[in-house]
Amino acid sequence: MTITIAKRGSKANLLIKDARVFDPERGVDMRADVAVERGQISSIAPVGKGRSPHRGDAPEATDSGASGAEIIEAAGRLLVPGFVDLHTHLRTPGREDEEDLTSGTAAAAAGGYVTICAMPNTEPVVDNASVLSSLIERAEAEASVSVAFLGAISRGQEGIRLADIWDMAEAGAVAFSDDGRPVTDGGLLRAAFQAAKLVGLPLVLHCEDSDLAATGVMNESEVSARLGLAGIPCSAESAAAARDLEIAAYEDARVHIAHVSCVRTLGHIRRAREGGVTVTCEVTPHHLTLSDEEVFSLDANLKMNPPLRSEADRQALVEALAAGDMDCIATDHAPHAPQEKETPFEEAAFGTLGLETAFPVLYTRLVESGGVPLERLVAAMSTGPARAVGLPEPALEEGEEANLALIDTEEEFDIEPARFQSKSRNSAFSGQKAKGKVKLTVAAGRVAYRL
Amino acid sequence: MKQHLLSINDLSREEIGSVLDTARFDFLDLSKREIKKVPTLRGRTVINLFYEKSTRTSTSFELAGKRLSADVINVKADSSATGKGESLKDTVLTLGAYRPDIIVIRHPHVGAAAFVARYVVAGAHVINAGDGKGEHPTQSLLDIFSLQQEFGEDLAGLRVAIVGDILHSRVARSNIIGFQKMGMEVKLVAPPALLPRGVEALGAEARHGLDALADVDVIYLLRTQSERHERANYLPSLREYISRYQVGLRHLSGGQKVLHPGPINRGVEISAELADSGEHLILQQVEAGLAVRMAVMYRIIVDSAAAAADEAAAGDSRAGARAAEGEEAAGKAKIKNIRAVG
Repeated sequence: MTITIAKRGSKANLLIKDARVFDPERGVDMRADVAVERGQISSIAPVGKGRSPHRGDAPEATDSGASGAEIIEAAGRLLVPGFVDLHTHLRTPGREDEEDLTSGTAAAAAGGYVTICAMPNTEPVVDNASVLSSLIERAEAEASVSVAFLGAISRGQEGIRLADIWDMAEAGAVAFSDDGRPVTDGGLLRAAFQAAKLVGLPLVLHCEDSDLAATGVMNESEVSARLGLAGIPCSAESAAAARDLEIAAYEDARVHIAHVSCVRTLGHIRRAREGGVTVTCEVTPHHLTLSDEEVFSLDANLKMNPPLRSEADRQALVEALAAGDMDCIATDHAPHAPQEKETPFEEAAFGTLGLETAFPVLYTRLVESGGVPLERLVAAMSTGPARAVGLPEPALEEGEEANLALIDTEEEFDIEPARFQSKSRNSAFSGQKAKGKVKLTVAAGRVAYRL
Repeated sequence: MKQHLLSINDLSREEIGSVLDTARFDFLDLSKREIKKVPTLRGRTVINLFYEKSTRTSTSFELAGKRLSADVINVKADSSATGKGESLKDTVLTLGAYRPDIIVIRHPHVGAAAFVARYVVAGAHVINAGDGKGEHPTQSLLDIFSLQQEFGEDLAGLRVAIVGDILHSRVARSNIIGFQKMGMEVKLVAPPALLPRGVEALGAEARHGLDALADVDVIYLLRTQSERHERANYLPSLREYISRYQVGLRHLSGGQKVLHPGPINRGVEISAELADSGEHLILQQVEAGLAVRMAVMYRIIVDSAAAAADEAAAGDSRAGARAAEGEEAAGKAKIKNIRAVG
């Protein structure tokens, strides 16, 4: 596995003063000064307990122009391990008009992400080592946060023959997925599990029975009945997930279920876990905070796959997150050009942006008023995803490379896509108010974003 | 030997040793003589019934029958009535009218040889020359023979790795059983998709990387039978398979000897350098195949004749021990007879 970041600029020298240092995995929740020296967390000193850390002791810093650590006043702000996104569509190569490595990683940094995993459903598809290697090379020049790449499961994501799974593993793939399309052929899925297991990597599965989903454009429900839109039944996801989990169980292979949207899918995942299957899963911010009722607006930015589900499904997903059954929050950040969304709902492309709104939306709707503990949210956005695919875990610990985000949880702001770092504007949260704005992101020891 | 040779399991370790002794002492040198023929099966009829493309096995059986002076008929599935919709059962019943002594059957389906044995005319012997992905007992015998020629007759403790497309290989199945019968340790090396689920139950250790070859004495390579990969989705790509599973000279640093049942796919499972080197026994295997098949044809007829005599003797209410002596004597007499010829 290879994770890549542009080695531009120097490693950060920072003194983040009096932040609420919050790292649930390491049981840390305290007011402290955090010093970052040459990109490494050199000290975490509780505030008001004597020792004043790292006070201007580097006047002769080696970087020209640097005169020691920059002081960042962070009183009242939340300092967390940087976030990890398992599900980003960087649209590169092929649709750089929608997103590229520079804009996509800038969007990630603006959302507090220090590592993102790019999906392979690009043009051309990332189904061989040469496409993958060229992306890794580009990331080394353009990415402002760490990027890991997934390879496709099947050649061209056509679901017929396996992609070059072993070559891509060697070239640095972090996992394999035909995301955007299900793997319909059970024999192919089995062979993919076997091939991926041999190189120790998981499959990330988009569970969908295409025949059940058919021509649906939104959740099949009273809402679709009232609107006259073709529905996508929950069974399209849950039936496929049940099958995929059965195949994973038989092959004793690692599997990650992408963008869970239905309560019945959760049931299959729980039962698979109880049966000893190594399964992780993710839920998107939009499935945690929006339901199909919103679709009455016929706003094309609310069209995604899987679709926004019922309020009961949404609540079940929130409960699963709070209870710890849901390991990961993943954005399914899906940039689209304006012309793909400025059309009638049925014609619009599926997908919403997610990187720049994930934490604010979830913090506001789930932590402030939804009963989800902050530690669950932070864990599901950083450690959980890192563990699911074996990426390094961001940690607020002395000696660790600085991978962190500083967040203002007090000030309310408007979500304005026009201000996004992303090249695209198709946000399901456009115009909403939220708290939890990211003020600073340090990725792999370098300042990736600062507001 | 029993009436039929359908599986390597039809032979005990002792019987294997005995049949291979016949091949070694009575038939191996025949090819080196000017007159490459003995009258042993004169007047006998051998039908080679081949439902699959085959070069080495069919020529090997044909030549074996001819060198034993039998009347040999070759029936190829594509040139016979089977192309006109005749079932295997009816073909066997029809051929039975010629009163064959031996039917050699190669067929794409598991169990076909046993099926033929069920319908074959009384007294005829069926030899399985490969039934689908099931078994190929004479291949296993000739492989054991080749190993004996290289390592000596006692193969106990010899470590062999069978490498490649084990899932589709009847040769692998017969050899896993046959090699272990001879006291050898067998490992299987293949990506998971080319290993049959549960194959460990046959007593062999399953491994996924060529690092497992470091401590073996023999590497038994298998062809990647892509024509049997029905939907061709078992492996990422042939190129990746080659880079991870092709065996070359660099894998032979411990002096390992390489066997391959053929046909080889040069540059796929075996590197060109290895194919052209002296480190493999592939041609010896072919040579052994002829002698071993002559021995099998000969012994399957002689042994059953001896068994019939044995039965008659037993019916004569004499002691079983003396009947066994009779069998032994009958076998030896016949073998002497062969040696006298030529």
